[in-house]
Amino acid sequence: MNSPPLRLYTFAAPSRFYRLAGRAVPWFWAAAIALALAGLYIGFFVAPTDATQGEAYRIIFIHVPAAWMSMLLYLVMAFWAGVGWAFKARLASMVARAIAPTGAMFTFLALWTGAVWGKPTWGAWWVWDARLTSELILLFLYLGYIALVNAIDDVRRADQAGALLALVGSVNVPIIYFSVKWWNTLHQGATISMTAAPKMASTMLTAMLLMTLAFWAYAFAVVFTRTRAIVVEREAHSGWVAELVGGRMHP
Amino acid sequence: MRDLFLAVLLRDLKLASRRRIDSLLPVVFFIVALSLFPLGVGPEPQMLRDIAPGIVWVCALLASMLSVGSLFAGDLADGSLEQMLLAPQPAIAVAAAKSAAHWLLTGLPLIVATPLVGLLFGLSGPALAALLAGLLLGTPILSLLGALGAALTLGLRSGGMLLILIVLPLTMPALIFGAGAVSNVEAGLSASGHFSLLGALLLGTALGAPLATAAALRISTE
Repeated sequence: MNSPPLRLYTFAAPSRFYRLAGRAVPWFWAAAIALALAGLYIGFFVAPTDATQGEAYRIIFIHVPAAWMSMLLYLVMAFWAGVGWAFKARLASMVARAIAPTGAMFTFLALWTGAVWGKPTWGAWWVWDARLTSELILLFLYLGYIALVNAIDDVRRADQAGALLALVGSVNVPIIYFSVKWWNTLHQGATISMTAAPKMASTMLTAMLLMTLAFWAYAFAVVFTRTRAIVVEREAHSGWVAELVGGRMHP
Repeated sequence: MRDLFLAVLLRDLKLASRRRIDSLLPVVFFIVALSLFPLGVGPEPQMLRDIAPGIVWVCALLASMLSVGSLFAGDLADGSLEQMLLAPQPAIAVAAAKSAAHWLLTGLPLIVATPLVGLLFGLSGPALAALLAGLLLGTPILSLLGALGAALTLGLRSGGMLLILIVLPLTMPALIFGAGAVSNVEAGLSASGHFSLLGALLLGTALGAPLATAAALRISTE
């Protein structure tokens, strides 16, 4: 059988995506592990001790990339959900749903590492700092999306309702961020901020970039794996899935 | 479009006037929930004055969210919602009329009850005025966003809780500026910045939310 010509939408067909993603996932895992090992090694053994914060600052090698990923993944999720809704692209909706748990996990990780860093630095596990508070609200937005799409049994309606909520949420994220920031400055005065710290040593920057790339690779690996599971679940009635599982699913 | 808006709005008001006790529930909830706070935190007048704006706003939020869940439920059950959406006029008129009806039936009574709450918590005149002005600008935002949540969760098993989880993060800016205005007045500062921002939020929400609610209604009734 001749393979069809390669076009922009070639891999939007769930069956082709399934095969391509299956081949890519091990590479993403390998990249994630290698980059994380390198990043953690540089971060924990090579990077110099911070003059003002001591060793406790080293948590930022996980905290900052996780916070970046949490915000980026929300936008990526809203984008693919919107594409899936506007163009009735099934795969885009599946990808959006696969991103949500990973995004929520990174948000939680950022909050958790923030608390662990805050204890020795600020003397408290939780401070109602503007960034911490808006990160917490981002977690609520993720949870709302996950809860909504899981509460709706009809797949089509769940995808579309989730897309609408994600888009409304992404419009609101900047508004929430700036209102929380303003609220915070009114109530607390100036808090200790990381941005006021002296310039970062270049090894610190290297470690942070390596960890960011590691988190990217991890996110790709996990999202692709989850999307593959959703594809098989939703396409269970189609011929190629039956072929895939050796005709065991449908007699 | 205006006819449909008015027809839906007047119909909702008429339905509410036939079920008077039901329509009083949100404002009763508001007052009962507020009177729990002095019992919980103690009756020191200064502390009550300090926390009053925040808890009035939080209770107004909860009263709006708990009552908005049933906004479309009755119309979905008897099929009239589908007929409204089949009408040649855009669904945005239905969404806007429903939000307006919810505000008239929930937001407005809360604002009317707030001076009473001000007495209970010993708020000064200017602080109470700022609280009322903030609620006047802010409660329509709650009704508009609540209608969006109600349309998204229409007919779901865990609708009520889900609606609150979805909508509350979106209402946080209104809470911040509404409660912040009162704190500013109590500190002797001007609250005009807060009111401007609340007004901007209201305008933005009034333009965007009915559009999203109409889309959500179409998704949910398909």
